[in-house]
Amino acid sequence: MFLNMNKKQKNLLKRILISFVLTILAAFISQKGLIKLVLYLIPYTIIGFDIIKKAFRGVINLRPFDESLLMVIATLGAIFLGIYKELTGQEGDYLEAIAVMLFYQIGELFQSLAVSKSRKNIKELMDIRPDYANIEKDGKIIKVSPDTIKEGDIIIIKAGEKVPTDGIILEGNTSINTIALNGESIPKYVKVKDEIISGSINIDGLIKVKVTKSFKESTASKILELVENASSKKSRSENFISKFAKVYTPFVVILAGLLAFLPPLIRVFVLGVPHMFNVWIYRALTFLVISCPCALVISIPLSFFSGIGGASRNGILIKGSNYIETLSKVKTVVFDKTGTLTQGVFEVSAIHHNKIEEEKLIEYAALSEYASSHPIAKSLKSAHKKEIDLNRIKEVKEITGEGIIAKIDDLEVISGNEKIMKRFGIEPVLCHSTGTIIHIAINKKYMGHIVISDIIKPESKNAISKLKKLGIKRIVMLTGDIEKTAKKVSDELNIEEFYSGLLPNQKLEKLEEIMNEKALIAFVGDGINDAPVLSRADIGISMGLIGSDAAIEASDVVLMDDNPKKIPQAIEISKECLKIVKQNIFFALFCKFLCLILGGFGVLNMWFAVFADVGVMVICVINSFRILFIKQK
Amino acid sequence: MKKTYDIEVDCANCANLAEDAAKKTKGVKNVCINFMSQKMEIEFCPEFDPCVVIKEVLKNCKKVEEDFEICF
Repeated sequence: MFLNMNKKQKNLLKRILISFVLTILAAFISQKGLIKLVLYLIPYTIIGFDIIKKAFRGVINLRPFDESLLMVIATLGAIFLGIYKELTGQEGDYLEAIAVMLFYQIGELFQSLAVSKSRKNIKELMDIRPDYANIEKDGKIIKVSPDTIKEGDIIIIKAGEKVPTDGIILEGNTSINTIALNGESIPKYVKVKDEIISGSINIDGLIKVKVTKSFKESTASKILELVENASSKKSRSENFISKFAKVYTPFVVILAGLLAFLPPLIRVFVLGVPHMFNVWIYRALTFLVISCPCALVISIPLSFFSGIGGASRNGILIKGSNYIETLSKVKTVVFDKTGTLTQGVFEVSAIHHNKIEEEKLIEYAALSEYASSHPIAKSLKSAHKKEIDLNRIKEVKEITGEGIIAKIDDLEVISGNEKIMKRFGIEPVLCHSTGTIIHIAINKKYMGHIVISDIIKPESKNAISKLKKLGIKRIVMLTGDIEKTAKKVSDELNIEEFYSGLLPNQKLEKLEEIMNEKALIAFVGDGINDAPVLSRADIGISMGLIGSDAAIEASDVVLMDDNPKKIPQAIEISKECLKIVKQNIFFALFCKFLCLILGGFGVLNMWFAVFADVGVMVICVINSFRILFIKQK
Repeated sequence: MKKTYDIEVDCANCANLAEDAAKKTKGVKNVCINFMSQKMEIEFCPEFDPCVVIKEVLKNCKKVEEDFEICF
């Protein structure tokens, strides 16, 4: 913490040390009278001259509640009380005034260090900005600035280097680490034709990458922009504290004024006892020491900032502290189905009644559908995995809306829906699964069917049950799909409420209907045609940074990958953050008022007052740091 | 029109006070100071020139906190 201080902080530290040593010296050389005063005034001036200067400006600008001014009044007041005591033959105490100033400055230094430390932490967490990119020129690899890379350029990424911008691998394979992007610590293996995202780190191999996005458009740039522009909106806790601070200082100062004059006057005129002015003035000065609200004010934004940092460490980008606050109070979560709870890509999910091996069946289906670019054909091809030998396909005939008749290896393969089976007089075995069913017959004999459906993400179920545990009362699923599919997904995930067959604008209407209940609502979507719904909900959570820019713009929380487990995680972090904010507010307020009461009764001296002030701040700051390192459960 | 500036401010309460001072400047519609990221977002009234207004903003902010700086 002390190693990376800036010039201002180093200067302050030097002044603190020098004046500390001089104060101790002054205390040892026990002198009397004027010499004693001068001996103490030297360290006082060293430690306090900037505060005195600021206080002076406060007077010029007519700001009676300037905290520097109050600090100077309190400490100078204490020194004058010391002089008064010396003059009346008692022993005066100047040490206290210096101690107050010293502690105050130590507090300032600590605060400044804590803030810069926390900023640095977050910068390190977000260490995804690439410094350079390698390009090949005349057979040599040269380093260039990432800004100069254009779409279509070919870059080389060596082991240990950061991926400068998004692209597709042309040559080589390697493992990449995406921890800075989505908190995933297990390296991902990538090979030729795979996409890689900027901000990840190439662990072991050398790869050649074709750039698909310029640096400005790249994922890393988008993330950095989001994080850097985060929290321009203030949370209610922050607003509360800044309003409180505005009232608190004048209140304490007025109280101090009353305390200095009222009791002595009452003593003299009502009770008829000696006024004891110096005792009451001392207590009033103690009040002034406690009147500085900075300890209170600093910990709240720091907590939220750490919260945003802790979340982004886990791959959750929260756009502002107000959203942390709302997220922690969410009671209803509305999900979009496709692409959010399900993968959104069609995959072979089952093979039924097959008379030949499953692989064989898929192979014939893939060969027949080879020429088609339909999503179903794509999923068959991806399920087949192996290279396709085109020489095996002899003839392909398509019957629109029914299926394909193909000649493969001298076998006649018919694939498609029920209609095409019946057309050729084949009796298909009907299927009860949801999704698209492809029946296959070879040489007019039924060979079984393949079920292709949108599959549920493996983490979805767990995410839903975690949400319920976190106190989310209502979970709703919206989808444009037919009811049968929607019901199956919601049953499997234990979602009690779903609405199917919705067009995009109907999703918005449905959301507004759900919003009629007072509970705060979060909407989770993948950003494809649901941007209006994202912006309408109290909290819009969009999944996958690769999603559309409109979705990122419209949402308040962006998950860097499309893993639904990030949703309960985001809520958990926000709850934890708010808990710490509340602890800090309560603790700081409690200590301040306790000090005021004890100070008013004279139990507390100025030493304790400043100690409490700085101590409370230090504790709150350390407490707020906890969120930054919140562990994933 | 909204513009974001980098700022330098040392204490959180000073940032709040400076925000108030900036809000009172003529030609400024709204201000949000983010102490943690050291940024200041100013929404200017359309009929004013931001380059002129921002100087006034800095002057007003310096009255409450003399170490306050705006990079523009």
